[in-house]
Amino acid sequence: MTEPRDTAVAPETPVPVVDDNGHLIVNIGPSHPSTHGVCRVLVELDGEIVVKAEPIIGHLHRGIEKMAENRTYLQVVPLTDRLDYVGSMYANWAYCRAVERLAGIRVPERAEYIRVIVCELQRIASHMMAIGPAGADTGATSAFMYTFWQREMVVDLFEALCGARLTYNYVRPGGVASDLPDGWIERCRAFIAQHPAAMLEIDRFLFGNVIFRARTKGIGVLDAADAVAWGATGPVARGSGMSWDLRRDDPYSVYPRFDFDVPVGSRGDAYDRARVRVYEAVESCRIIGQALDGLAEFKPGDIMAEAMPRLLAPPPGDAYDHIESARGSLGVYLVSDGSVRPYRMKVRSPAFCNLALLPLLAEGHTLSDLVVILGSLDPVFGEVDR
Amino acid sequence: MNLNELREHLCATYPDLCPLFSVEFGDGVMQVASSGLHSAAADMKALGFDMLGMVTAVDFGEDFELIYRLRSREMRVGMIVRTRVPRGNPSVASVTDLWPAANWHEREVYDLFGITFEGHPDLRRILLPDDWVGHPLRKDYEDPGVIRRPDYL
Amino acid sequence: MTFVWGLLWGLGAVMLIAGGAVIGVWWERKVAGRIQLRLGPQQIGPAGSLQMLADVPKLLFKEDIVPDGADKPVFRYAPLAVFAPIAMAAAVIPFWAGWAPFDSTVGVLFFLAVPAIGVIGILLSAWGSHNTLSTIGGLRAAAQMISYEVPRSLSVLSIVVLAGSMRPVEIMDAWRWWWVPLTLVGFVIYFTASIAEMNRGPFDLPEAESELVAGYFADYSGFRWAIFMMGEYGAMIVASLFGAAVFLGGFRWLPGIAGFVVFIALATLVITAVMWIKWTFPRFRQDHLMTFCWTVLTPLALLQLVVAGVVSLWL
Repeated sequence: MTEPRDTAVAPETPVPVVDDNGHLIVNIGPSHPSTHGVCRVLVELDGEIVVKAEPIIGHLHRGIEKMAENRTYLQVVPLTDRLDYVGSMYANWAYCRAVERLAGIRVPERAEYIRVIVCELQRIASHMMAIGPAGADTGATSAFMYTFWQREMVVDLFEALCGARLTYNYVRPGGVASDLPDGWIERCRAFIAQHPAAMLEIDRFLFGNVIFRARTKGIGVLDAADAVAWGATGPVARGSGMSWDLRRDDPYSVYPRFDFDVPVGSRGDAYDRARVRVYEAVESCRIIGQALDGLAEFKPGDIMAEAMPRLLAPPPGDAYDHIESARGSLGVYLVSDGSVRPYRMKVRSPAFCNLALLPLLAEGHTLSDLVVILGSLDPVFGEVDR
Repeated sequence: MNLNELREHLCATYPDLCPLFSVEFGDGVMQVASSGLHSAAADMKALGFDMLGMVTAVDFGEDFELIYRLRSREMRVGMIVRTRVPRGNPSVASVTDLWPAANWHEREVYDLFGITFEGHPDLRRILLPDDWVGHPLRKDYEDPGVIRRPDYL
Repeated sequence: MTFVWGLLWGLGAVMLIAGGAVIGVWWERKVAGRIQLRLGPQQIGPAGSLQMLADVPKLLFKEDIVPDGADKPVFRYAPLAVFAPIAMAAAVIPFWAGWAPFDSTVGVLFFLAVPAIGVIGILLSAWGSHNTLSTIGGLRAAAQMISYEVPRSLSVLSIVVLAGSMRPVEIMDAWRWWWVPLTLVGFVIYFTASIAEMNRGPFDLPEAESELVAGYFADYSGFRWAIFMMGEYGAMIVASLFGAAVFLGGFRWLPGIAGFVVFIALATLVITAVMWIKWTFPRFRQDHLMTFCWTVLTPLALLQLVVAGVVSLWL
């Protein structure tokens, strides 16, 4: 039995400004322009050189896994929106896949195609939120606006689709919430037609810039062996040359039907991690184009599995399923006791695993590089802290 | 490699682990005793499971079930290693020496379930503040802020 | 009498900088907006030009927060030590043929030396805030401003060698149009080093928003913060006016009032270029910054000085 905590009494743990070795102790965060959310990094500095960087996470911990135990399976979907708030569609989909696996639901193909389309759009939106701030971390605020413009178009598409711009609650167990509205496919095609050119411009404007190259090349080098050992996934791992993408290597949904490449970096530095995302966004456009073509084969309106019960009560058991989110492999582990609520939900968050690399990568670099490295890991703290 | 081939491969290489293996929801599942967890994990790593995806736990009343999800890039299969630890003495050997990735995952399980990992280099709370009382993901955790929804909702 | 004139010119310089800052902020927001696919201010006044009239009272009425742990007298008066030297430097700029507010025989030296005192104000504000991020920002600023003094002074020196005088008014009299191509490298060095002196992007490491939040003035608010901003804009305006005068010829292109207009237009052009660079480039890193100063700018400035010296033999 545990005691309720008296939240009024939080003992002060004073952190000295200078430690015994004469190193300066600097708190980056929890409220800081470059922590991409509410992360606190306790940095030990020798001059400008980082001796030790320790991320202190949990400022955004809302106990979503605990809350899920108190809701029905359908009520959990909005909670998953709040995990990765830059890529809500992914958390929706990963959760729904786990539920579908647990309850043995077969999803109509049209719904799978729509899921692929929205998740690839989400990948673009999410990567724009990684590339732009990677520039902003080095002071290139204009690159941020250029990528945000692209993100804005995707968000507009999502708004037309489900009414929300950030927390979509669109992918539901058994299918998707609604079919594509009229004219949406044309708007989507118009977006993917202009997107590769815009990415090429970003590639020239930001990644070709001499100062940006000097700031990011050779910074925070993660070798492929470390990436594997630390469980890094997504662009962080691919930037290190680890060719690993669940869409290709553990195909789920209808991905085997599409032809796409997995861009891989070679040096594993902040530059490669950021640049891999540019090319992934272009590849996403290819997938979306093929999925939009394939969508024509299916009957409109066939977006939800047949005979979905109003209150889902999967048989007792457990299930794990994962998808490739913009940050890496996002998994959901569900345990059912046969009731209408999940007995346990665990989210395997890629941002959490990738952020664990920060102390390893930041050591020996300067304070300026620390924010570049943190930005290149692209953590979203809704997902890290859950 | 599919799961049947994995089973054959496993039984040929580690005959003592063979009876513990089963297949569920598309993953290999290995049920081991908590005392043999570390050696089984080391065997799994030697077998080619180079990535540790997650470590988590489930509260089943009298004991906790620990779940380790492993992944082999070469064989392209996933494997779940399960073990049970008693509620009275929730303790198990840490696998941080095999996969550094386990570091934060085990800290999280320690934080939310109160399971200790022997041999962990830095076992502290990670998501909750250091002075937090209790382990929220245990089923008997009580907090004035947690309101149980009525069953009809 | 001298004292009264000094007081008047001091006030004039403050007004010039304050007015320039008000227009400059609006202009910068418009320039930045165009560069960044947006419009900039547009609600208040035509094209948002009165936006600053709304912003200034806001800054004046904001609470003046002094942190508990700060060294209070130092914290309070440090902004003045940043602003005053820049206002002083404005006095030696030759605005008109044969006329500068403060016509000194060592005007160029005055212009180079006095703003450098500002680094003391920056160090004081950084130290007075008693904040680790501010302290790092202050130390960066000190290192950067002192280092960039060297190429900046050397580049101006080539003009001094050509004119044979350190008196800005005499330099303007001696100025010839072919000095522009001759000292182009010097002007680029002066321009770059001045950006570093005024802590603007891509040399804004001391206030590096993404690393140090706002660096040495992170803890300031309200009017004291506004003084820092005015100091930054003031440095930009003063450096651009001086550069437009001695390097680009200022009012010498056309006679009379038209010359003055050309001078202001040239200075505006330089200011716009400063903004353009800030909104286009990422930020340097401390070690790259120092390497750039000592291995690129300083040798080039010395080379320019040699060229100017050789040419001056035939003058």
